[in-house]
Amino acid sequence: MNDPQHVAKHVKTYLVVFGALILGTILTVAVYFKHFESVALAIAIALIIATVKASLVAGFFMHLVSERKTFYVIMAFTAFFFVGLMALTIWAMNDSPAMSGSTQRAPHPVAAPAHHVP
Amino acid sequence: MDIPFTVKLRDDTNLYNAKVGIWLFLGSEVMLFGALFSSYILLRVGAPAGTWPHGLLNVPIGAFNTIVLIVSSVTVVMSWASLKLGNPGKFRFYQAITLLCALSFLTIKSFEYRDKFTHYEIWKTDGTRMTGHIEGSPYFWSTRTLKDKKLDQVVFHPDPHHYAEPAQRHEAGGGAEHEGHAAISVPASEIARLSAFVPAHSTYFAIYFTLTALHGLHVFGGALVIGYLWGPGAKLWKTDPERFTNRIEISGLFWHFVDLVWIFLFPVLYLL
Repeated sequence: MNDPQHVAKHVKTYLVVFGALILGTILTVAVYFKHFESVALAIAIALIIATVKASLVAGFFMHLVSERKTFYVIMAFTAFFFVGLMALTIWAMNDSPAMSGSTQRAPHPVAAPAHHVP
Repeated sequence: MDIPFTVKLRDDTNLYNAKVGIWLFLGSEVMLFGALFSSYILLRVGAPAGTWPHGLLNVPIGAFNTIVLIVSSVTVVMSWASLKLGNPGKFRFYQAITLLCALSFLTIKSFEYRDKFTHYEIWKTDGTRMTGHIEGSPYFWSTRTLKDKKLDQVVFHPDPHHYAEPAQRHEAGGGAEHEGHAAISVPASEIARLSAFVPAHSTYFAIYFTLTALHGLHVFGGALVIGYLWGPGAKLWKTDPERFTNRIEISGLFWHFVDLVWIFLFPVLYLL
């Protein structure tokens, strides 16, 4: 990544990635406005698009795809602890009956729209 | 005394020191934001059904800010590439766009914050709730303000929909709360609680402001560094161009991280 000829080649890649990121943003918003039956599906699509966009930024703009081995060691540690953090969060949800789907509490009794105010 | 390995690569890592340093720092940043994201997940999943607000944030504005940050990410990497190709003029041009993008992002965000500070929810003593704007759009009013100002009523412009009605969010697109109904007078004696959309309002706004303000601070800090290297710091290019290019790469890596965090913040806070 250090010689100018190599950098010049990458400029085109940056522009392609830029286009992909804009497209990803438009897609994310389009998914929001399209009325999906399943909320879980809408959430999954939005997060998959965000992950792809983040991978493009990290891979090409931050040059992770062409970096040296040292980076992968640092990133492996970060990824391990990040995944551990998220996994513990999800695991912890099973500790509380209120958070384990089947026993979700009833809607808040005071949640009423403005025009229903007597 | 010269600082070692600012340009020359170390034998053990095959990298210059600042690059190892910024990646270690970014690793710690991933954990910082990761902890807040996991807090968000816990709060969101733990919220009683139907109480997590939807449609209170303006999706087109959030999407526009996403595009602003993506553009700034491209200009940052292009400015670094310009220096690699020996063109400091183009570097200045691209970084000027980056700074403009940073300024635009923060300005738009501050308008979004202002909108929340003047948007209210009233919990009435009969158990019903409504959202809207108080006449004159005052900032940061609360139940206590009514007592302090000795008000016996509030002139309120209610929103057409309450955020607890999730079905409305797709038609609303996050902006319908501004199409207020005609003003009504709400007696202070009927108000059990009054709150602007501030962190004290709910866990949703507490985590929203924590995440976006922390991210905003990162944008501000990154812009300061980029601004310094674009202005007075650019003198280094004349004496040690390779070291200057490395500095731009390091500031760029931080900036890309800021963009990366927003890529997740946007769908999580605005859309889901």
